[in-house]
Amino acid sequence: MTALVDMEGVTKSFGGVPALRGVDFDLRAGEVHALMGENGAGKSTLMKVLAGVHAPDAGTIRIDGEPVTVSSPIEAAALGIVIIHQELNTVPDMTVAENLALGAEPRTRWGGLDRRRVLRDATDKLARVRADIDPRLPMRRLSVGRQQMVEIARALAEDARILVLDEPTAALSDREARQLFSLIDEMRAAGMGLVYISHRMEEVWQLADRVTVFRDGRSVGTSEKADITPEKVITQMIGRNVEELYVHDDRTPGEVVLRVQGLTDGAGIGPVDLQLRAGEVVGMVGLIGAGRTEIARMIYGADRARGGTVELDGKLLDNRSPAASIRDGIGLLPESRKEQALFPLMSIRDNLVAGALGRLSRLGVLRRRAIGDAARRQMDALGIRTSPSQDVGHLSGGNQQKVVLGRWLTVGPRVLILDEPTRGVDIGAKYEIYRIINEQVRRGVAVLMVSSDLPEALGISDRVLVVRGGRIVAELDRQEATEEAVMLHATGVAGSDTAASSYQNGGTPA
Amino acid sequence: MTRTVPAGTSALERSGRSRPGFGQMWDRYGIIIVLLAMVALMAVIAPNFWSLSNGFNVARAVSINAVLAAGMTLVILTGGIDLSVGSIIGVAGVTSVLLWNGGTPTLVAVLGGILVGAAAGLLNGLLVAYLALPAFIVTLGALTYLRGTAYALTDGQPLIAEGQLGFRLLGNGNIAAIPSPVVVMVITYLAVWFVLERTTFGRHVYAVGGNVEAARLAGIKVKRVLLKVYLLAGLTAGLAGVMFAARVESGQPRAGEGYELDAIAAVVLGGTSLFGGRGRIHGTFVGALIIGVLSNGLVLMNVPFFTQLIIKGVVIIVAVALDSLKNWRS
Repeated sequence: MTALVDMEGVTKSFGGVPALRGVDFDLRAGEVHALMGENGAGKSTLMKVLAGVHAPDAGTIRIDGEPVTVSSPIEAAALGIVIIHQELNTVPDMTVAENLALGAEPRTRWGGLDRRRVLRDATDKLARVRADIDPRLPMRRLSVGRQQMVEIARALAEDARILVLDEPTAALSDREARQLFSLIDEMRAAGMGLVYISHRMEEVWQLADRVTVFRDGRSVGTSEKADITPEKVITQMIGRNVEELYVHDDRTPGEVVLRVQGLTDGAGIGPVDLQLRAGEVVGMVGLIGAGRTEIARMIYGADRARGGTVELDGKLLDNRSPAASIRDGIGLLPESRKEQALFPLMSIRDNLVAGALGRLSRLGVLRRRAIGDAARRQMDALGIRTSPSQDVGHLSGGNQQKVVLGRWLTVGPRVLILDEPTRGVDIGAKYEIYRIINEQVRRGVAVLMVSSDLPEALGISDRVLVVRGGRIVAELDRQEATEEAVMLHATGVAGSDTAASSYQNGGTPA
Repeated sequence: MTRTVPAGTSALERSGRSRPGFGQMWDRYGIIIVLLAMVALMAVIAPNFWSLSNGFNVARAVSINAVLAAGMTLVILTGGIDLSVGSIIGVAGVTSVLLWNGGTPTLVAVLGGILVGAAAGLLNGLLVAYLALPAFIVTLGALTYLRGTAYALTDGQPLIAEGQLGFRLLGNGNIAAIPSPVVVMVITYLAVWFVLERTTFGRHVYAVGGNVEAARLAGIKVKRVLLKVYLLAGLTAGLAGVMFAARVESGQPRAGEGYELDAIAAVVLGGTSLFGGRGRIHGTFVGALIIGVLSNGLVLMNVPFFTQLIIKGVVIIVAVALDSLKNWRS
């Protein structure tokens, strides 16, 4: 049987950095083919090549055995190839029906928009994906999961035969995810070829017929699901055993540095009590929406607390704000690098010193030599090897994350709050970040780390705080903190399977 | 395997500053090339364009808009806009002449005009930064009430300076053979350049414009930065107003009408992004010169005023379109 898609020797570089190094990949009609691998391993790039977003530097693509060149997403759609991206591609202020008609609006005899047909077509299209959605609603009123359904409905209406789903469940509720899975089953039964990109092992095991693992722009191997185990997939993904990844010295924490008591926003978060000691890493874990980020931001003063106290070295801090926190020696690496941390148009140097200009200036005038030295020193420590005057936007995600982390190290904090410090970075940068955190802890910095990557949180923390419903419901030391114990507290239900699968695991379940 | 070359370190980056490609050259010098091309064109087609005295004419004519655009650059770098600066010219000029006619010393009259501009900017800044009102609306309102104030102060009539205006030199005459408004302009640009490139405040302006939430979380006092940029825009507009009054030796309530648009055009021509975070003060300077050279050349060629407006508008759009080519490529 000829494969639906057959890609051979696909190579692609961006500005000299290889993203794909001679990848072979094939997709059969009537299968779900899972792509797994760390961020930056090349999964999404390969699919963007297939969908005409990126032109390959070398390699061939065959559809039904015929060599093709796909040089734009429009050409891809004509060949029946559609990607549902992580970031949905809809117009939020238009209705569902208008979104479904977008680009191919039916006209009335007089050339106006045929509203009745737009609505009727939309109802038909939605029926094909069994989505119970009112087509007259504006798109933005829909949950992410339902918006995704609309996108799939649009793809099916365009006679897609090859559907790529990039992290489709990242923002879905359990119920929405189950709906999606049954739709995937139907599309497979109808003979479509589906590519499923996901980090979530349980989903992959539930859905996929075959699994291909990527690492460093190469395909490490394609296996029938029956011939492989989740453990094997992880080893293939990271190229080493999981235990070696997490850097954790034996250490004895010192005095209590930060003491938080009764901290609350008066609206569902808190009251929270916690203590951080010098030279320890405390992990803050919980389900998505449990309130971990909110607690971290309140401690830092990014959001206003309505009650409670924060003490540093026994001294009460009041008038909390980011500026005050930095002055006091508390740093926060925010959750979203792009939205909350990076200055994309500024140089690496300016990004690194952005929080420390007070110290690096005299009477408001920049001390340029001191700034240059500080930036260079920090870049050495972070292992970023390029010119400090380079725009930070040209760096890889991992290096960008190191730069924003470096900003807090330049400030020289006593307390470092890290919110998802390794989200969206490749495995090499992850390891570097663990090493940097370990280095800070050795110098006596107290670290509070929010992480959705449970093995990571357990791997590098000395203690773990479990957050549920805006409160800390359990504190587990390194020995007690197993994934099972954490999930038990995080869900409030012992051993619940649904709870475990709704844990947003950004990384590699061990 | 995990510690090979970090991802994102391309061959180009690794070799440090290798020779810049056409794209980078255009990115950095494109607008200067546009200016030189326009000067060359005018030198060929406009009679008497290519002379030292006409060069000074251009510089003198450009100086007020250039001073205005310098302050505007700060505001636009934060992602804001200030539509009130043209009206500030009117109020500030009238104020300085009123003070002069009232018998105050020259310095007080000058400072009075500038401070009125600064006060108007301060109010804009307070509303934008602390009440979080949209800059477009706040400064549109200010454009209107300030113009009204200028008329009210003079009963709608031009206010002729009594005797010889003490600060005439700010608009006319020379300092060491260089037209004095040009000297004021150069000093203003050096000051703004210093502020943007060499002070923490300058870094904060870029940071707020580039990513306001990141700036806040990095401990930058965003509101204070916004307040200051509107204050400074008002201050430079006040200075421009005093220069205008000095040039015409009177307080004209209509002075500066529409100048805010030329100032914005100069900033945008100079490559500063209206979304904030990207741009350089010397770009604004070049942008103001382009507008000045174009106007001057058209006048020398006896092009009718209405046609001048049409040509100016088209040139602004074409120049910005050329500039945005670099974004299409990437």
